[in-house]
Amino acid sequence: MSALGVHALSKSFGGVQAVSEVSFSVEPGERRVLIGPNGAGKTTLFHAVSGAQLPSSGRVTLFGRDITRLAPHARARLGLARTFQITNLFSRLSALENVLLAVAAAARVGFALVRPMSAYRPLHERAARLLEDCGLAQSAARPVRHLSYGEQRQLELALALAGSPRLLLLDEPTAGLSAAETARVVAMVRGLPREMTILMIEHDMDVAFELADRITVLHQGRVVAEGDRAAIRADPQVAEIYLGVE
Amino acid sequence: MSPRRAAVSAALALVLLALPYALTSYYLDLATKMLIFALFAMSLDLLLGYAGLASLGHAAFFGVAAYTVGLLELRVGASAWVAFPAGLAAATLTGAVYGVLALRARGTYFLMITLALAQVLWGVAFGWRSLTGGDDGLPNIPRPDLGLPWSLAGSTPYYYFTLLAVGAAAALLVCIVRSPFGYALRGIRESESRMLALGYNAWLHKYLAFVLAAAFAGLAGCLYAYYNRFVGPEYLHVIRSAEALLMVILGGAGTLAGPAIGAGVIVLLENLISAYTQRWLLILGGIYIAVTLFAPRGLVGLVHDYRSRRSGR
Repeated sequence: MSALGVHALSKSFGGVQAVSEVSFSVEPGERRVLIGPNGAGKTTLFHAVSGAQLPSSGRVTLFGRDITRLAPHARARLGLARTFQITNLFSRLSALENVLLAVAAAARVGFALVRPMSAYRPLHERAARLLEDCGLAQSAARPVRHLSYGEQRQLELALALAGSPRLLLLDEPTAGLSAAETARVVAMVRGLPREMTILMIEHDMDVAFELADRITVLHQGRVVAEGDRAAIRADPQVAEIYLGVE
Repeated sequence: MSPRRAAVSAALALVLLALPYALTSYYLDLATKMLIFALFAMSLDLLLGYAGLASLGHAAFFGVAAYTVGLLELRVGASAWVAFPAGLAAATLTGAVYGVLALRARGTYFLMITLALAQVLWGVAFGWRSLTGGDDGLPNIPRPDLGLPWSLAGSTPYYYFTLLAVGAAAALLVCIVRSPFGYALRGIRESESRMLALGYNAWLHKYLAFVLAAAFAGLAGCLYAYYNRFVGPEYLHVIRSAEALLMVILGGAGTLAGPAIGAGVIVLLENLISAYTQRWLLILGGIYIAVTLFAPRGLVGLVHDYRSRRSGR
């Protein structure tokens, strides 16, 4: 059974066909990277998988279960986590509180009304560990809006990892990062356990080729190529799309 | 709790308990009114300050509870043991229904829907003369007779009764905002899409917050109906809702203590200024503009800024 199945997925906005008849599947433990020029439909596809937007037609399955019409929070509870291309954090809360919210979601205590959050020791311990893992232990008490962009991107990743997801969606995790910060994110993603399946959009080809087991190439809403690194490097059509556009 | 905070809380509790020995019954009644509106403002703060939902119809729940009390006491002759809980239940139920309707919208549209829903009730209270007395309202509601050895008719006993109810409700509200649920509300205020991605059912959290806020506003409404011994359509009016919003913003949204202080200040000012002029709403508007310009985070924000400047941070 595949971790993620996308079956004949289409999405149109008015008359514009953003994604048409896209099918692919990601095996458990695989690192799959989606590449393609701007407007290829990567983000639309991502939204259909995460539930942010419903597709016009087609199906999405998570470990065999049909999640096409499921609400985003229900997908999250089935073990799907995501990061956002544009940093999406709780900006007036501290870094620790950000991670605490993620950990509390995983522990399903969101509707606990009486005991103070501070009394949940295991959640605090897990949150502190996550912050340490992504090098943010020093910034735990600072409001997130005062963190550097690089730190905020790290925190994005920490929030997604807090629930130990089965499928992790990364939307351009290295966008806008310095070379050193990019290397750090790559190392962190590399270090993730293989029980976790990863689907990521990445514009940086070096990062894509470094992390991917397999690469899916989208162009004008369609899959034009799919294969391992060597196959994609050698594909004349892929070279043409990229050289033609850039 | 930090020692400083504990000391402040203890001092506040002592002052509140000792007030009847220091004030004349006129000012004690005023203090009772301040307590009731402090609770009303805190209940709105749960929505505005924590969940980030700006409602301009919060008076609906205050008024529904007050009218329920008034109608049951005067038209049915029910005892306070029935009327008081019925007022609470009516407010909660109204919140449960209105929440479903209002939470379909967000931002300004949420504001408009809550305003419209509250005005519907105002229209009913104003228009249905045979039941509600129209704009004459329902006068001569007796103070609650709970069958206790002492009567709640006097200023001092009713003050203590109110203090007990508001104190318990405030403690509950503090628990709620510190709980994981309270943190989830803050998260929704900051980024709902991120909360969804984390697995939170954001709608259900907002709905529960809305119903809870309605229940606490209802408690304030019940207390006020017995306090004023009168219910009128202005209890449901948008001006009352707007006044509550201003109390929250003046004190500092998202702090609970701030809105309580804001409520005290507004009630006190209204009382003082009404002695000199009819133009209270004009002055209220001026206060609103001043707060927005000079203290966007409210009085609590000002104190906070002052303290951090002094400690050189």
